Amino acid sequence: MTDATVNFDGPHGPKPKPIFSGRNIFIYGTLAIVSAYYLLPLYIMIITSLKDMDQIRGGNAFELPIGPDFEAWVKAWSSACTGLNCDGLSRGFWNSFQILVPSVVISILIASVNGYALANWPFRWSNIFFTILIFGAFIPYQVMIYPIVIILRELGLYTKLTGLVMVHSIFGMPILTLLFRNYFTSVPEELFKAARVDGAGFWGIYFKIMVPMSLPIFVVAIILQVTGIWNDFLFGVIYTKAENYPMTVQLNNIVNSVQGTKEYNVNMAATILTGLVPLVVYFISGKLFVRGIAAGAVKG
Amino acid sequence: MSDVSVSVKNLDLNFGSVEVLKDLNLDIHHGEFLVLLGPSGCGKSTLLNCLAGLLDVSGGQIHISGKNVTWSEPKDRGIGMVFQSYALYPQMTVRGNLEFGLKNQKLPKDEIEKRVARAADILQIQELLNRKPAALSGGQRQRVAIGRALVRDVDVFLFDEPLSNLDAKLRSELRVELKRLHNQLANTMIYVTHDQIEALTLADRIAIMRGGYIQQLADPMTVYNKPSNLFVAGFIGSPAMSMIDGEIQNGGTSFSFKGHSVTLSGYEANGEVHDGKAILGVRPEHVSIESTAQAGKTLEATLDIIEPLGSNTLLWFNVDGVIISALVPSELSYKSGQTYHLGLDISKASLFDAASEQRL
Repeated sequence: MTDATVNFDGPHGPKPKPIFSGRNIFIYGTLAIVSAYYLLPLYIMIITSLKDMDQIRGGNAFELPIGPDFEAWVKAWSSACTGLNCDGLSRGFWNSFQILVPSVVISILIASVNGYALANWPFRWSNIFFTILIFGAFIPYQVMIYPIVIILRELGLYTKLTGLVMVHSIFGMPILTLLFRNYFTSVPEELFKAARVDGAGFWGIYFKIMVPMSLPIFVVAIILQVTGIWNDFLFGVIYTKAENYPMTVQLNNIVNSVQGTKEYNVNMAATILTGLVPLVVYFISGKLFVRGIAAGAVKG
Repeated sequence: MSDVSVSVKNLDLNFGSVEVLKDLNLDIHHGEFLVLLGPSGCGKSTLLNCLAGLLDVSGGQIHISGKNVTWSEPKDRGIGMVFQSYALYPQMTVRGNLEFGLKNQKLPKDEIEKRVARAADILQIQELLNRKPAALSGGQRQRVAIGRALVRDVDVFLFDEPLSNLDAKLRSELRVELKRLHNQLANTMIYVTHDQIEALTLADRIAIMRGGYIQQLADPMTVYNKPSNLFVAGFIGSPAMSMIDGEIQNGGTSFSFKGHSVTLSGYEANGEVHDGKAILGVRPEHVSIESTAQAGKTLEATLDIIEPLGSNTLLWFNVDGVIISALVPSELSYKSGQTYHLGLDISKASLFDAASEQRL
């Protein structure tokens, strides 16, 4: 094959397609339309919350606010009325905050230790214990509502924030334990053995070896718990009373209390305010989450 | 003060109803390099984990350095352990990894520093001390893992297939380093592997295990030359020993198979050799190719396949359906399909009873 010379006469193969190809326009066009469809309600909520009642009564929902003002937001936060109380969502916000922080911390602390023990320190009945715990995740809430009322009443915690914190912590346990157990099971067993030979005990291994390796799963657990507990309505309305209602219940009461005309701008502002916390958590921890995953990928 | 460093007495271990180790006895001398060798699932790693205290034994006793440690915590046994997957703590630097065990022992700071410096010096990892495990190569990681056992200043080192995750070249380098380390430290080392080359090169004694039992416990050359049973004979040696099914005849003086017969004169038997069914094992290097046929000494064989191995050539012969391999210098040339006269060096062969599979 002496006469087969290679010609270096430029690149071969299909050329890269231009940005504005028919395919790209179709894909991004579809994406744009779908996202506009999903963002439309948010758009209406925001502009409505910035309008005054006169403009809202005008009836054009898509119209931009004339001289946008934040009066509705201020009212929603501090002076909207629910029945006899007229101090807005602020009280609900602080209630929710006081419910959220201890519930998230307690449930994650206990569940992570649970998961760690189940994954690395199997005991005689650990598998049965785990099965029962997981089974708990599948029992419908409705079955438990009334028994819990009685338990809380007997403990003297019914209608108190502490009671609700307890309920949230317990209800988060099955799924969080499963989450942590599965994560810790994936940590190489030899690492655990090495730490034991090095003389670390149950807590030593947990705090010095396992926890530093588990940032991603802690972030996942925090996202799950924060959004779940903040968005909870059912437990809040059942296990607390008016002055202890979480923000979601407060929001419902503001939106549903009819005194004269419905103040759509206040309702919209209140709704956005209530949804703000999970939204912020998503935005902040989403980044952390990705970083956590990336850090976890660099295995030793 | 006895010479025994690690002693295992009547050790049993069950996982549920599965017996993994059965009535196992083993004495390991001070400063000895003992290799536990066997195929997967033979219980060698399990035994090591029992010695380390990472598995609770079902029965029996373990003594380390004269103390009964059967139920002691791993940290109180005076052992250091090196794992196959290195098992370095990923979030700590190399220094942190080395210090971790010492900090748990609450040793004074200057003592910790002294020991880390010494280990780093021995293993030549001084420049790596501030790096994270992720920034190390496989060989460096395993060095750090050895260092983590070294700083504990213990009498007994346990190695659980430490070189299996490394590539071939690095493996032979670290093997030499391990041998040097053992000469330097002179402490007891127990080493689990399924690689017979590692076992033969490193060990003072090899314990070959199968099904939870120790099949043979002897120095490498004895294990190689005088395997105690058929399993050991087949497991040790590469290329493997040829096994010939046949019968001992004429009052233990000759071995016959498929109408062929070889005399057994020169064979060093354990006791008296009686007539009956037996298996003759011959290593390829103990099969020679003779120019002339000799009755009772040579076999007529057809050359089947030729495998050049570089320094040697492995020839596969067929003697009426019985496969016998021979290792010959690569300079000589042979043709497949031709007939040759094979001479078996009976003085270096092994005879096994067909029923008990024990060496005769």
